Amino acid sequence: MILIFLILIPLLTGIFSFALKGDNAKVLAILSTVATLGGTAHVCFLNFGIRTFNMPWIPVMGTQFSLRADGMSSMLCLLTGIVTLVAILTNLNKPVEKSGAFYGFMLLSQAGLMGVFLANDALLFYVFWELALIPVYFLCSQWGGEKRIAVTFKFFIYTFVGSLMLLAGLIYLASKVPGHISYAWADIVQVHKNLSLGEQQWLFWLIFIAFAIKMPLFPFHTWQPDTYEQSPTPVTIILSALMVKMGLFAVLRWLVPVLPEGVAFWSDTVIVLAIIGVVYASCIAIVQTDMKRLVAYSSIAHMGLMIAVAFCNSEVGMHGIMVQMFNHGINITGMWVIISIVENRWGTRDMTKLGGMASLAPKMAIAFVIISLANIALPLTNGFVGEFMLFNGLFSSGGNNHIIFMVLAGLGVILGAVYTLNMVQKTAYGNETEMIIRKDISLNEYVGLAVIIGIILCFGFFPKPLLELTSGMASVLVK
Amino acid sequence: MIHYIFLIPLLPLIGFLINGIGWRTIPKNMGGIIGCGAILGSFIVSLGVFFEVNTPGFHTQIIPLFDFIKSGKLNIPFEFQIDALSSLFLLIITGVGFLIHVYSTSYMHHDEGMVKYFSFLNLFVFFMLLLVLGANYLILFIGWEGVGLCSYLLIGFWFKNRDYTNAAKKAFIMNRIGDLGFLVGMLMILYTFGTLSYQDFFKNLHDAPKLPASTYNWIAICLFIGATGKSAQIPLYTWLPDAMAGPTPVSALIHAATMVTAGIYMIARSCALYELAPLVSNIVAAIGLATAIIAATIALKQYDIKKVLAYSTVSQLGFMFLALGIGAYSTAVFHVMTHAFFKALLFLGSGSVIHAMGGEQDLRKMGGLGKKMPITKITFLIGCLAISGIPGFAGFFSKDEILSRAFASNPTSPYLFVMGIGAAMMTSFYMFRLYYLTFTGSFRGTHEQEHHLHESPFAITLPLIILAVLSIVGGYVGLPGVISEHHALESFLSTAITNRSKFHLEESTEWILMTVSTLAAVFMIVYAYTATKKPNFAPTTGLAKMMENKWYVDEIYNAIIVKPLQSISGLLDTWADKKGIDGIVNGVGKTVKWGGDRMRVLQTGQVGFYIFIMVIGMIALFSISFLLVK
Repeated sequence: MILIFLILIPLLTGIFSFALKGDNAKVLAILSTVATLGGTAHVCFLNFGIRTFNMPWIPVMGTQFSLRADGMSSMLCLLTGIVTLVAILTNLNKPVEKSGAFYGFMLLSQAGLMGVFLANDALLFYVFWELALIPVYFLCSQWGGEKRIAVTFKFFIYTFVGSLMLLAGLIYLASKVPGHISYAWADIVQVHKNLSLGEQQWLFWLIFIAFAIKMPLFPFHTWQPDTYEQSPTPVTIILSALMVKMGLFAVLRWLVPVLPEGVAFWSDTVIVLAIIGVVYASCIAIVQTDMKRLVAYSSIAHMGLMIAVAFCNSEVGMHGIMVQMFNHGINITGMWVIISIVENRWGTRDMTKLGGMASLAPKMAIAFVIISLANIALPLTNGFVGEFMLFNGLFSSGGNNHIIFMVLAGLGVILGAVYTLNMVQKTAYGNETEMIIRKDISLNEYVGLAVIIGIILCFGFFPKPLLELTSGMASVLVK
Repeated sequence: MIHYIFLIPLLPLIGFLINGIGWRTIPKNMGGIIGCGAILGSFIVSLGVFFEVNTPGFHTQIIPLFDFIKSGKLNIPFEFQIDALSSLFLLIITGVGFLIHVYSTSYMHHDEGMVKYFSFLNLFVFFMLLLVLGANYLILFIGWEGVGLCSYLLIGFWFKNRDYTNAAKKAFIMNRIGDLGFLVGMLMILYTFGTLSYQDFFKNLHDAPKLPASTYNWIAICLFIGATGKSAQIPLYTWLPDAMAGPTPVSALIHAATMVTAGIYMIARSCALYELAPLVSNIVAAIGLATAIIAATIALKQYDIKKVLAYSTVSQLGFMFLALGIGAYSTAVFHVMTHAFFKALLFLGSGSVIHAMGGEQDLRKMGGLGKKMPITKITFLIGCLAISGIPGFAGFFSKDEILSRAFASNPTSPYLFVMGIGAAMMTSFYMFRLYYLTFTGSFRGTHEQEHHLHESPFAITLPLIILAVLSIVGGYVGLPGVISEHHALESFLSTAITNRSKFHLEESTEWILMTVSTLAAVFMIVYAYTATKKPNFAPTTGLAKMMENKWYVDEIYNAIIVKPLQSISGLLDTWADKKGIDGIVNGVGKTVKWGGDRMRVLQTGQVGFYIFIMVIGMIALFSISFLLVK
């Protein structure tokens, strides 16, 4: 029963929020996200077990309103709860026009995300997938930067094309369920027994393209740096910490077990693309001067490693992806929070014009350095455990190619240190530059960053809770 | 005492947390006391552990703490291992570390970031202790990268200076290159043997059916790549001289006594693996020797007092790798120990000099400092005698052991020995050149500087005196075979590491080797005296200029790696990404729009036109079906 509340709380408060103005909207948004976070924490850590919720929906079409929370979905719901709260909390001291609508859209998007992670029915999954995306289009186009209209339009077209192909693929799968049309996950994962290899091969791309655009996989990534750059920061956080995970989660839930032969057939292709993406995006990140674009490319590189491992058929690797989805979400949220504070205080994100944070705003600088270290997966930060497991997955999946993949992906580790430390050096160190608001982090930002850093260090030192939450989830994904 | 082992890393961690959280409110003296106290506590526990390990009948102990990574069949616990090797390193790290902390209380007292400095220093000791205490490669790796982080933070401690932060970044990135090798090596071990724990791994190495030699070689070379980064060997050594940008006590602790010896610790720890990879052992010896020689040639021509010591460290680390390569693992550890004493002493002594000179590091502006700073002068001299290998001083015993064992490893063609002697001769020369230029002759700096010259306070001279004593007596734990049958250090370490052979030499041969190396050192000291009597600082030419400019290695790396990476990245950004891939994406969009525009022309709204099109369509359909039927 608690599962439906995870969706209903943000959905209803989100709708209600449109009627509110100013601070009322902020208060409602905070209350709502705190309540949702409490619910997700309950699902994850109290009497953990697989929970389900079923309700008739459209029986004629063979679909029902069916939710299911296992380790992986619970963990991602928890991530959604934390990240949305931090995104809204750290934005409180920044001016937002029409705040009722702004926070309303944020909450609606959160409802959609929860639904995506919990859906146990393909059609329901698709509905939530769109529900999560549509508010983001509005948020980008209404509250974004100068080039927001063109960028949002491209983002919309790009992702919508993918979504339509996904819908077609899911309908085809449902129609192939023997006896009757069914969208239930349990039926969909059995369909591949009735599909020929040829069918699986083209169905793979029909479904995968939507996910590939979302994650994004090289070369479907070019919407991302522009969109991250133009979106208001809370939206960038939702996009990069959660929407991106939506794509990867979907691969693990709606692709790898659904089309096993198709996945096996195309896995080398995808791995090669993903590894190219790691090196390519890392190189491009080196020459960026806008902090947001740098982190955008860094994210493409990090996701590339996870995508590659998703196709490596390794149990440790799959487990690593699940852990790393959580950690990457936390770390990149921290990055964006810092960047938005920098933009607020200095009035620019251009690294050539920044410097001296360590002496002007030492608390901010300390937080920034810790988050940067997590971004390069230093041991005893949360990023390390996941990355070690990912490399283990990439390496142990056999074949001589994998040593080459491993070394190329490892280049990402070195280049990651290059661009991240460059960014730290240019912004935090060096001589002091002019701030338009001379202020270190404010209370709401302090709390938000403390949450992020607390998670970084706790799960870096003691990753057991995170590993146990998702243990056993990986073995079913491996042949 | 072993039950309290967790205290050893925990105390510095607590020190770090207290000073780190309260870095703006804690008074400087208090911060110093917390920082030093934490390390002193660790040192006392380490001493207790050492005595317990040193009792007869002690067996290696594993102390499990908690599960770290557990996933399916993969299980890597967070656990410590106590044996002779780790207990010895514990003593070196906490002992020398404590002295350097005490020294820092005075050296950093004028700095506003002193409490922050102590928190970083404590964090460093925490990671270093983790590195040597870990019972598996992953815990070692945590410490390994952690000390790299602290090195980064402390090199760039004065973060407003762009050069310093560049040096910090360079150190971190070059270490990361090595770390990738280490990571791949670890994954190979995990893949081949299914474990990262030392005990299981070495047991498997011993018991498992013989694997192809290439397996062992690949693992060994990957781990060694990691060691070249951390321990500053060719080709990844260029970060260490730049790392001198940090405060001098940091150079003493991190870039001389402890962190840079992590690579030696790791290979000595993995000696069972290197015994199965003779090819890689030869590479280790060759790289070590080459580094020892090349770094020594550069040190001959440096004028920055810390740069000389930095290249000297690189060179001495090369000696240690030479020892590892010939299979004399305990000798390498012996040299790590004596080197920790005399190199820490030399760095701290140079810090005392820099302190007195008001921040000046250029040898050309010093001279005659001995009169004003007698304690610094005498202790520095002891350090120089120790590193040069003059009999009676610590460095003599360990260095002589390396050279004689290099000879014993292949007595028929003693080229390792000969080249080693060459490097050792250069060592004596550059050290005494440094000594004479600094402490003897007449002062060459400004009048103001001369007026300011003074002996350093007690907190600085006390560590110097203690380290000077250790630089003398530290060698007597490993007497050469001709003097004593019992090698105390080697027999202590024998429970943890096994040397390749006994390295037996005839007594007469050993005497000859010892005499040769001593005479060579004395000769170079005298030669250095004559060469610096009338110092000549004219611009150099030819070979000397190459040496002074560090063989242009930094310039070469810039030209073949850094610059191309920048330009390739720039090209990828503008051409491949913006014009290429995004161009195609936009192109698809534009094509669809273009197609739509063309199709729109057909929607004229005139019924006549529609009928016309319809008729044409029908005719076409009929013709096609007619053709198909036929």
